[in-house]
Amino acid sequence: MADLTRMTATEIAALIATGEASAVEVTQAHLDRIAAVDDRVHAFLHVDTDGALEAARAVDARRAAGDELGPLAGVPVAVKDVLTTKGVPTTVGSKILEGWRPPYDSTIVRRLREAGTVMLGKTNMDEFAMGSSTEYSAYGPTGNPWDLGRIPGGSGGGSSAALAAYEAPLAIGSDTGGSIRQPGAVTGTVGAKPTYGGTSRYGLVAFSSSLDTPGPCARTVLDAALLHEVIGGHDWRDSTSIPQPVPDVVAAARAGATGDLTGVRLGLVTEFSGEGAEPGVMAAFRDAVDALTKLGAEVVEVSCPHFQYALPAYYLIAPSECSSNLARFDGVRFGLRVGDDGVHSLEEVMSLTRDAGFGPEVKRRIMLGTYALSSGYYDAYYGQAQKVRTLITRDFNAAFEQVDVLVSPTTPFVAFPFGSRTADPYQMYLADLFTIPTNLYGGPGISVPCGLSEGLPVGLQIMAPTMADDRMYRVGAALESVIGTLTPPAL
Amino acid sequence: MSAISREEVAHLARLSRLAVTEEELDTFAGQLDVILQAVARVGEVAAADIPPTSHSVPLTNVLRDDVVVPGLTRAEALSGAPDSEEDRFRVPRILDEDEPPSPRGEGPAEGKA
Repeated sequence: MADLTRMTATEIAALIATGEASAVEVTQAHLDRIAAVDDRVHAFLHVDTDGALEAARAVDARRAAGDELGPLAGVPVAVKDVLTTKGVPTTVGSKILEGWRPPYDSTIVRRLREAGTVMLGKTNMDEFAMGSSTEYSAYGPTGNPWDLGRIPGGSGGGSSAALAAYEAPLAIGSDTGGSIRQPGAVTGTVGAKPTYGGTSRYGLVAFSSSLDTPGPCARTVLDAALLHEVIGGHDWRDSTSIPQPVPDVVAAARAGATGDLTGVRLGLVTEFSGEGAEPGVMAAFRDAVDALTKLGAEVVEVSCPHFQYALPAYYLIAPSECSSNLARFDGVRFGLRVGDDGVHSLEEVMSLTRDAGFGPEVKRRIMLGTYALSSGYYDAYYGQAQKVRTLITRDFNAAFEQVDVLVSPTTPFVAFPFGSRTADPYQMYLADLFTIPTNLYGGPGISVPCGLSEGLPVGLQIMAPTMADDRMYRVGAALESVIGTLTPPAL
Repeated sequence: MSAISREEVAHLARLSRLAVTEEELDTFAGQLDVILQAVARVGEVAAADIPPTSHSVPLTNVLRDDVVVPGLTRAEALSGAPDSEEDRFRVPRILDEDEPPSPRGEGPAEGKA
């Protein structure tokens, strides 16, 4: 049989459904691949070998009993370490939660289990999902399978690298400012951020609650859509969950794969014309847009004058919410406690615990948020950023009166070498220049491979209106039908 | 001109319950200054009459049916705690030993074990 780890989730599910491969065989093949390459890639923080094989055996037993299986039954999936997994370590890439085994499953993970997918383990990430390179993980960075000396993107670099290294056919990420899409772009894989509220945040360790959105990662657009359908939909445990059905993303991906985009209007954002982006990235992007027009799409230039303020607004709103959310890490109910020697007071123990448990980027953002929310600064910083958020939303609404989707490069630069953007934190923030507006607006966005620059993958981002996630899958699948999937050099 | 001073960063660290070192303060003061100067650009936007957006989903009064569902057991809730005692989270002492004695003077302070 062909190498199971090179197959798409769709292909694997078909083999399992017909009995040509068992879920245990598929799972073992991926566990073997992890054992062979992950000491170099470091995509995983925890591999749940026993749990994965047990889940796979359960799928095989259900098939043997004649039960009807879901469309992804028996397919392995890697889960970003930001989602709680009952009894399985969940660190969020931070020392402050080292060794924590949550007493409950997040909704996303519960739905993955109910669908019969097989969780292989938990993937590496920038601490608390703050970063664009995995260099802020407390457990060391992940290598990009295209060049192990370069970053895999972040914060969800572990999930995307696991896909590109053929350690898993599916993965879960979370996207607050681009943490699904930018890693997808720089690893040559697909990453989709659903509409905010379209996927449940219950059990997602909170960074910025008004922006955090879990979503699917895969090597093909159809696989991402299938995973989106499994994890999406209303959840009463999340009060910001949208009480509507998941848009028909699977049908849209299948429709797009026919390569017909007749009548689809693509918007090019005037303000994203290339300033701050590498020429090679812009060239690959323009070629991809030309390819989309050959499939029948019409290109319209639209102006979104407030997008230039999205990055500053984001770096006030997200740190403000983070400074509040991360107050729960106080050394009392879970995780690390430092300095509890009978001499230090509770407040001193909290301060010592947080200083020892949080890394530098998390501390910077907590202090920045504390500053932006302070009396005397609130109106000028946090309050003003919230008003800018309104104007960015209006820009999107006006644009979507003229076009069906907006397209841009996903990130301004290809995978960069380790250490090249850590000295000046703001240089790291620029990785999310093109992805952040969507988070502030709340709509969906997807990154699909569109070519290479300097031998490294470039992603094209498709942004759609709120709850019109299907549109981005259609255009993404059409692009994939022209470009194909990207294959990294052998590890 | 700096947007933020080293003393202000030290104050923020205290408010944030972060026992940062002197070396960390030096590093953070410079970095936060760069970041604040960049994000201050939001001030260029004329937005006096614009309503703020706190959230992209306009949902209000989200309620669920009043049905009892199982929650965590006490043991599960305590399972991740650094320390617990008698089915409760145990915390370091909250009152300072140096607190002034009670107005009545002599004798151990009331409420102490």
